[in-house]
Amino acid sequence: MPTRGGLEKKPTQAVVNGSVPAQRRTSQLPRNSIMGNFRDDEQDFGNMPELSDEALRPIRPDDQLKLTEAELNEEHTRILTTRNPQAAENIVRYSYKDRMYKPIPHIDQLAIHFQLDGNLILRDSDEGRRQIARDGGEYSIDDDEEEEEDIQTTVTATEIDEDAAAKEGDEDEEEKSQKPSATVSRTKKLTNQFNFSERASQTYNNPCRDRETFVEQTPRATFSDNVSQWAIFDAYNEDYDLQQKAKEKEQKKTLTKKDEEKKKKFVAVDLSGDDMAKYARSKAASVSLKIIERMINQNTFDEIAQDFKYWEDAADEYREQEGSLLPLWNFQYDLTKKLSCTHLTWNSQYSDMFAVAFGSYDFLKQAHGIILIFSLKNPSFPEYIYQTESGVMCLDFHHTHSNLLCCGFYDGSVAVYNVADDTKRPKYQSSARNGKHTDPVWQVRWQKDDLDANFNFYSVSSDGRVVCWTIVKSDLMYHDIVQLKLEQPVEEPEEAVPLTTLGCGTCFDFNKQQDYLFIVGTEEGKIHKCSKSYNNQFLDTFDAHHMAVYAVRWNCFHPKIFISCSADWTVKIWDINYKIPLFVYDLGSAVGDVAWAPYSSTVFAACTADGKIFVFDLNVNKYEALTEQIVVQKKRTKLTHIAFNQKHPVLLAGDDRGNVTSLKLSPNLRKKPKVKKGQDINEGPEAESVKLDKILALIRDPDDAKSKAVPSQQQIGTTPLSATS
Amino acid sequence: MATDAADGETQQKEETKRHTYPLIRTSDMNEEVKTECMELCVTACEKFSQNNENAARMIKETMDKKFGPTWQCIVGEGYGFFIEHQVKSLLYMFFGGTTAIIVWKCA
Repeated sequence: MPTRGGLEKKPTQAVVNGSVPAQRRTSQLPRNSIMGNFRDDEQDFGNMPELSDEALRPIRPDDQLKLTEAELNEEHTRILTTRNPQAAENIVRYSYKDRMYKPIPHIDQLAIHFQLDGNLILRDSDEGRRQIARDGGEYSIDDDEEEEEDIQTTVTATEIDEDAAAKEGDEDEEEKSQKPSATVSRTKKLTNQFNFSERASQTYNNPCRDRETFVEQTPRATFSDNVSQWAIFDAYNEDYDLQQKAKEKEQKKTLTKKDEEKKKKFVAVDLSGDDMAKYARSKAASVSLKIIERMINQNTFDEIAQDFKYWEDAADEYREQEGSLLPLWNFQYDLTKKLSCTHLTWNSQYSDMFAVAFGSYDFLKQAHGIILIFSLKNPSFPEYIYQTESGVMCLDFHHTHSNLLCCGFYDGSVAVYNVADDTKRPKYQSSARNGKHTDPVWQVRWQKDDLDANFNFYSVSSDGRVVCWTIVKSDLMYHDIVQLKLEQPVEEPEEAVPLTTLGCGTCFDFNKQQDYLFIVGTEEGKIHKCSKSYNNQFLDTFDAHHMAVYAVRWNCFHPKIFISCSADWTVKIWDINYKIPLFVYDLGSAVGDVAWAPYSSTVFAACTADGKIFVFDLNVNKYEALTEQIVVQKKRTKLTHIAFNQKHPVLLAGDDRGNVTSLKLSPNLRKKPKVKKGQDINEGPEAESVKLDKILALIRDPDDAKSKAVPSQQQIGTTPLSATS
Repeated sequence: MATDAADGETQQKEETKRHTYPLIRTSDMNEEVKTECMELCVTACEKFSQNNENAARMIKETMDKKFGPTWQCIVGEGYGFFIEHQVKSLLYMFFGGTTAIIVWKCA
């Protein structure tokens, strides 16, 4: 049987490549020539093994189409065209223009079987050269790299017809695909500029800030010792001994309890207390502590200190006839809250130091007394404190030895304190044997040293005696100077024994220029002019007031003028030669004290029981006070005493609640008279007395002629303020 | 003679017995801290009576746990020392008649 090849209906197109033109289709060859073919080609197929006819014969498969020879020899013509047999031939699209479905005229016949998007660029092309230049360095082909790249196979022919759709599909797959892994060796991969995108981003880095601190080291201390067996043993022995001693002490203590031991214990505790406390009590520290105390006080009362120094009432310029008192410090002490201030006196040597005597004016309520010595530099606490058994009624600093303070008590005794001493006891004290008064001592005053250079002072008391005390070799000796005899009452019956009753002296003052001359005020209202030389008689007597005279003061400059104040609400100014007061002022309430100003002969101040202070300047206004001011804080506080400071324009006022107030005088109150041009300026005491004389002359001239004749009427004329004469 | 010697011996024994209690030589700690530390030292020395190093270790570590970071401790019978310590953190005591313990804090 002739065999055929398995080829059927092959296209009979002429072979393009005339590679084997000699070959003929086996189907065209006569059937028997198959063997001839093989024989012809034996030379070509040298490799083929010799085969027997039977083995070489191709086997016809069973399902091969059986055709007759005629059919086999038929020639069929086949034509190859570019028509895609799979493409549809009747695609219809909706045309919006024609508003109907229209067949697409031209149908794409392209069938894509395989697509590979490469990213190879020709090395010599522009792009290639550019990339090489950009990447720099040698570019070497690495086969491994290219193989590692993912190969995409997109077979879209089966799905889509159009190019756009095909491209979309491409790009999708392109993006999904991984980028070629970058095995960075010496070469960088060349990236296709069309579909390679590199993304990078930089996060925001917060700026850095350097911080450093230096920590303070914890406090350290060094410690060293040597440890040895004997040291340990010794320590134990010591400790044991101590324990034994402690046991013994305990036994002793339980047996006996003595006060001395207690005291010792107390002292021991004291000493073993704070080192600071110990130091504080030492002498060495006292100065520095004092300074610190003063500084603290200055800080606390800073405003007041500034006022004291610098404040001048500006309003004084506008009111010529008025002045004011500015309250400065207030001095208080716990123990004096219930006591009255009975006397105030400034120290002669230190212009900021003053002494205050506290006692009680109440006859029924008599308690202890206190002497306090304050300094203006420390308003919160007194510098010196002296407590006494009975109320202190008066005191006085010695004019030269300003550490000596003499004082008089309610129980009639007098004492002299030495402030410089540490002890709180008086240096000298009078006793009942020693000439002590039998009634309260109302005033004491130091005198000049006597002929034997002994200190001496005078005292006046309600028992009617003015006594001179002399300190003779640590002893206090007394000597009666004057006895204030009362005038005999006229109505006394003749049979009765004439008693010399004594008046009650309440105050006295020594003339500044003539020391032997002094005036004494009494409870009856009389003022006696006395001399130290004359014991029994007064030189003169003034019927000054209706009630007790509380204070008499000589003028600091004028030798003949003195002032007196009394419980009958009046203050009167006298000339020693005239029985009639020159000026009378009614102040509306009992006047506790009156004092001349040390800087002017015409200024004086008075304090009353309704808490007011009056300041007068005769040069400015003869009949009215320049200042009338309440200085007490609480109502119904009586002012008991006032005192001018010698150096500063400060006035002290004591009241019956134990307070002492300091006040600054405004400029109007401390005026010196205006000096006309051309006149000689006479400063000093003489000028002051001249000034006062002028004023007196003004008053007296019209009176002189008549004063002796009709005294009372004239006085009414010149003293319009007196209530009744 | 023999009795005297025997007496002397017994005395010595008594003394040694007496002198075994903890005796604080120097300390600037607070009261509670001081007592606690002393108790701890006594415990440690009794526990590690043979080995000073272990006793010291125990003391140091316990103090670190209780009172804060860096404590140092020396336990011994014969030594000299010169140390710097934080204020209020030093305890120097004797114990057992022979041992001296010093504990201090220094960061």
